[in-house]
Amino acid sequence: MTHTLGRPDFDVIAAWVEPGHRVLDLGCGDGALLKHLIDTRNVHGWGVDIEDANVLAAMRNGINVIQSNLENGLKDFADDAFDHVVLSRTLQTVRHTEGILREMLRVGREAVVSFPNFAYWRNLRSVLDGRMPVSEDLPYQWYDSPNVRFFTLLDFEALCEQMGLIIVERRVLDEAGEIVQAETARDLNFLGSLAVYRLTRPH
Amino acid sequence: MPGQSVGVVEAQRIHFSEPLHLRSGGVLPSYDLAVETYGTLNADKSNAILVCHALSGHHHVAGHYADQPHNIGWWDNIIGPGRPLDTDRFFVVGLNNPGGCHGSTGPSSVNPATGKPWGADFPIVAVSDWVNAQARLADVFGIDRWAAVMGGSLGGMQALRWTISYPERVRNALIIASAPKLTAQNIAFNDVARQAILTDPDFHGGHFYEHGTRPVRGLRLARMLGHITYLSDDQMGEKFGRELRNGSFSFDYDVEFEVESYLRYQGDKFAGYFDANTYLLMTKALDYFDPARLDDGDLVRTMARTHRDTNFFVASFTTDWRFSPARSREIVAALLANGRKVSYAEIDLNFGHDSFLMEDPQYHGLVAAFLGNIKS
Repeated sequence: MTHTLGRPDFDVIAAWVEPGHRVLDLGCGDGALLKHLIDTRNVHGWGVDIEDANVLAAMRNGINVIQSNLENGLKDFADDAFDHVVLSRTLQTVRHTEGILREMLRVGREAVVSFPNFAYWRNLRSVLDGRMPVSEDLPYQWYDSPNVRFFTLLDFEALCEQMGLIIVERRVLDEAGEIVQAETARDLNFLGSLAVYRLTRPH
Repeated sequence: MPGQSVGVVEAQRIHFSEPLHLRSGGVLPSYDLAVETYGTLNADKSNAILVCHALSGHHHVAGHYADQPHNIGWWDNIIGPGRPLDTDRFFVVGLNNPGGCHGSTGPSSVNPATGKPWGADFPIVAVSDWVNAQARLADVFGIDRWAAVMGGSLGGMQALRWTISYPERVRNALIIASAPKLTAQNIAFNDVARQAILTDPDFHGGHFYEHGTRPVRGLRLARMLGHITYLSDDQMGEKFGRELRNGSFSFDYDVEFEVESYLRYQGDKFAGYFDANTYLLMTKALDYFDPARLDDGDLVRTMARTHRDTNFFVASFTTDWRFSPARSREIVAALLANGRKVSYAEIDLNFGHDSFLMEDPQYHGLVAAFLGNIKS
């Protein structure tokens, strides 16, 4: 199977949004996901990014982009302003993990979160071999990595439970971007390189 | 510098004989607007960009006059073939607002009722009045909808006001280094500037023209004060530091520090050509601007008056403390709350409020990209 723009999580996310939905993409980069969702799912999109180069690239892609620091929360956004708030491969770079998750579900009906799974077996093997993992989903060296939080599927699910967030759906991908099928969360935790979650809050 | 200047330009004066009823209750029975245009208006008149000027600006936005090669427009660096406001593609319109002193009808013009200069009797004009006058100018050109309305500072307020007063006539709005209303601190700065003019003995209650004088001392002080607030502390530090003109203290009140020399030069230059009554009018227009008053102070409701298809680009500068990024974000938040199509950039430039006039790859790249998304 070929994946959109080499980003298999984009297809997972695209399947979760409906035409006409309002989507906010936090850490939107050059706006590729939003452009994909606008082109294929006809959504209304806004992106947030802090980096000058990303804001410029998103603007050039015709994406509505707000230059803002996620660490400061989403105070410019009203409650329930969006159907989906996406945080794609960015949660591990944010210090205020609980704060951003809470903010996402304040401004949005649903949160979509994807992140690299540090418990993926190749990552574990790399650490056992004495080196920090570098992979498709963890493309950085330890000294130039933007990541500040290192966690696993099981860690994330435990946090969701602790925060009272409801996991609506979960998709786990391997390094090739294929959906991983497994019986238990423990097995997924071992076999999955990238996790994509669809969350909501109790009503 | 990428792109080119538009080169030689000419100003035109357009007469409007229909009275302009002003927010203050005053009326301009008829008036002239000084206007410049760059580029070519296309057949369906869909490629026009209006550039609104700030406190001391005017219609000479870009290029230079044939007989004045050094008189370059105040926003020349962003307009021209290959520049963000690409005149190979867009038809760019600049004007001097009513109340100005660069060729449009203003306090130094003759009041038809008295045969003498209007002076202090010139009615107070508001941002919404300027936008109404600009809408009539659009009518003269046959422009139903602007491809974009753009401005920095007080000019940004006009662009914002356009989207509220004439939402269906603005496809894109660029609101740069602006605010939804002034803060108390900002009004305070304006009032000190006004007091400098109003208390100058040469002001004569605004009728100085008849006395053959000009309140240059007041105007000079007003400009010096304003200028300080347009720059950043860091920039002044880098540019002037505590440098002394003669290398040592002279223990008197002459010009000693380089910053004093610079400010006095700027003040003298400005006082040499600008009209004091226009300065007063412009600062009042700034102070009064508060479109949320239409909706009991609720900016979110006011922004609901804008058109859902209008694209907004709001930009601020990190070192701008006169119109800080937080003020621009108020506009952005109110637009977002209405689901409007808005982009916002906080540009890291070191020139304080004046940053909006500077050339910078990020800043100009964003403007070019935003305008580049306009469909022909």
